[in-house]
Amino acid sequence: MTDNNVQLEVEHLTMRFGGLVAIDDLSFTARKGEITAIIGPNGAGKTTVFNCLTGFYVPTEGRLTLYANDGPRLLERSEGFRIPRNNGVARTFQNIRLFTGMTVLENLIVAQHNALMDASAFSLAGLFNLGRYAKAEKAALETAKFWLNKVGLYDQADWNAGNLPYGSQRRLEIARAMCVNPSLLCLDEPAAGLNPRESAELNVLLQSIRDDQGIGLLLIEHDMSVVMKISDHVIVLDYGKKIADGDPDAVKNDPAVIRAYLGEDEDDELPPEVAADLHLDPKAQ
Amino acid sequence: MSSAFASSRTSGSEIVKELAFFAVIALLMSVMILGVETVDRPTGLELAVRWDLVLIAIGSTVIGRLALIVRREGISRLVQALMITLAAVCVFEMFVRFRDMDDRWASPVVLDMAVGSFTSIVVTVCFLAIVFAIAYFSMKEKSAVVVDESTKISSKIQVAYRSNTKKIGLIGIIFFFIFPLIFGENRSAIDLATLVMIYIMLGWGLNIVVGLAGLLDLGYVAFYAVGAYSYALLSQNFDLSFWLCLPLAGIFAASFGIVLGFPVLRLRGDYLAIVTLGFGEIIRVILINWYDLTGGPDGISSIERPSFFGLAEFSRRVPEGSIGFGDLMGIEYSSMHRLIFLYYLILILALVTNFVTMRLRKLPIGRAWEALREDEIACRSLGINPTNTKLSAFAIGAMFGGFAGAFFATRQGFISPESFTFLESAVILAIVVMGGMGSQIGVVLAAVVMIGFPEMFRELAEYRMLIFGAGMVAIMLWRPRGLLSFRDPTILLNMSKKEKVAGEAK
Repeated sequence: MTDNNVQLEVEHLTMRFGGLVAIDDLSFTARKGEITAIIGPNGAGKTTVFNCLTGFYVPTEGRLTLYANDGPRLLERSEGFRIPRNNGVARTFQNIRLFTGMTVLENLIVAQHNALMDASAFSLAGLFNLGRYAKAEKAALETAKFWLNKVGLYDQADWNAGNLPYGSQRRLEIARAMCVNPSLLCLDEPAAGLNPRESAELNVLLQSIRDDQGIGLLLIEHDMSVVMKISDHVIVLDYGKKIADGDPDAVKNDPAVIRAYLGEDEDDELPPEVAADLHLDPKAQ
Repeated sequence: MSSAFASSRTSGSEIVKELAFFAVIALLMSVMILGVETVDRPTGLELAVRWDLVLIAIGSTVIGRLALIVRREGISRLVQALMITLAAVCVFEMFVRFRDMDDRWASPVVLDMAVGSFTSIVVTVCFLAIVFAIAYFSMKEKSAVVVDESTKISSKIQVAYRSNTKKIGLIGIIFFFIFPLIFGENRSAIDLATLVMIYIMLGWGLNIVVGLAGLLDLGYVAFYAVGAYSYALLSQNFDLSFWLCLPLAGIFAASFGIVLGFPVLRLRGDYLAIVTLGFGEIIRVILINWYDLTGGPDGISSIERPSFFGLAEFSRRVPEGSIGFGDLMGIEYSSMHRLIFLYYLILILALVTNFVTMRLRKLPIGRAWEALREDEIACRSLGINPTNTKLSAFAIGAMFGGFAGAFFATRQGFISPESFTFLESAVILAIVVMGGMGSQIGVVLAAVVMIGFPEMFRELAEYRMLIFGAGMVAIMLWRPRGLLSFRDPTILLNMSKKEKVAGEAK
């Protein structure tokens, strides 16, 4: 993995909350233009990794390097809103966080806040609708329209986001994150709560984001039909530690992964005396 | 009557039980409020009991409840209307007795009127007839179709209002512009309109903070005070004119907005409300105690009045080197000129506030405010700087408060900390909340209702606050989100505004 195709390099990432170690010395890389999936049982620390990457947490230890077009950037040195603004890392949330009272279109335009804000010159140019701002607003509207078409919500553009059905809300959240103009998109369980048809549509959308926009995706997902079909690279976490790393087929057959998901073989786990009781060994009696 | 009840769904004994229950509640509620009164006797204070009032209160409650039961059971409109008329008579009787009655056991006033002179009989009959007619015709036969019809009408009104906000706003602006032409000679009307306009402007300013950015600010009056004192002190100490001080007052207030904003950046909702409340009080306490600068509780008096844009003065005795407004315009001097000028000044200031707010809503900053109100975490994930967004809301809201404050100082000519108590903050916030958060026309409506009506009905004395309270309760019951609480989208793609509005009203 030493080629210059690496987009994100996570080295020795550790996150502690008091005595609880949520992530323990995690290292992995994600490559440009690939879909990297992070999977693992509940409580494995997947969302915590995302929160470290997108500035919601400051990691206890470790280095997060994002290789942008103009050189590497250290994400752990940046904080909060600056990560999406300056480094182009956008994310979605496990429990959808849309601006429900605003329309679908407004959601997409709010996402382009920083570009518009620069053009509006502290709102002064905007107040009088000067040329530069008017142009920027038009461009923002075009971007929003592009993504509305892409996620199939053009006809619902004027609906309040909260009135959309669940599946559409998921797609809208992805479109909104794309309007930030990111180079790395982090999706936290995008297929949760979707029916099989919607999941299939989601696969198409994510593949198109990867192939047409050339954007790297980082994906947390429980739905294996999504993970195995579209990801190029899978990382498995359990109790904050990486237990497997590789392409989907290799991971699927990894004994450590099977153990994490299905539990260990019963005989190995039980203490000898309990096992003896269970098997009603005549010698024990 | 009994046969009518026998055919209904609820049995007679249940109805009696229900009535008894409400009679007890009415007794408990009225016995302390109406039943006893302290009277000043030569021997000292004494308690006087007014059982007649308690009895009438219980009676009107029971009759009113009976009317509701009749309505619930679907018995004829006639009986319902009769009951309501009877209840109204009781309430009338209670009010009359409450105000002036020496002999507590005298025969009912209504009865006296009904057998009195010819005029009083006519008045009584008319009163009864009107109440009965209103009750009779407002009672609808209970059925599903009727309910449907009324919701349809209210949604129609909603659509009509929301798709014509621009026209309604324009009509409002024209009305306020020609207002002095209609009431030009009426000093109190212009004064009241100016006062209402100040509150409209404050409401619009606070609407940026509370309505758009969703930051509950209970100390808004502090910025109003900062604006007022900025103008008063600058004009007295440095002899600056009103026209120079106006922007300065806005800038000072805005910087106080930022100063307040910094410590409360992490707070939301109730916690934010408490801290802003404290800030408002701090400013007031400083104004009281910093005697050397602010004059403490004495306030600052003889603040300079504004000139006609530096061209002419409004006073009767024009100082050396300048000319009077009347001379400039070639008209006779009148003390009304200044008042009307002040009215137009605050009208224009308020309209500037409105237009800036309306425009900001459609700009990235305004959309970020609304997004911040909806979900702060999502905002951060989109790269929106929550610090700057919140501070800008505080600063811009405070700036308009500062403008209004400078205007207030120049209009009054005298300011003291007493004008900037928490009650003022509460009134401004009530205007915003009652108007419907974020609604510009709602603020106007609420300011007229909250400031204009209580001033207009000053003769009603103690009933004023009673009616005011009842009005607030009614609004909370029927329009809990404010009079006009609709959010209009800042941008639409496929639909016209009318279609969007119609879709939502369903």
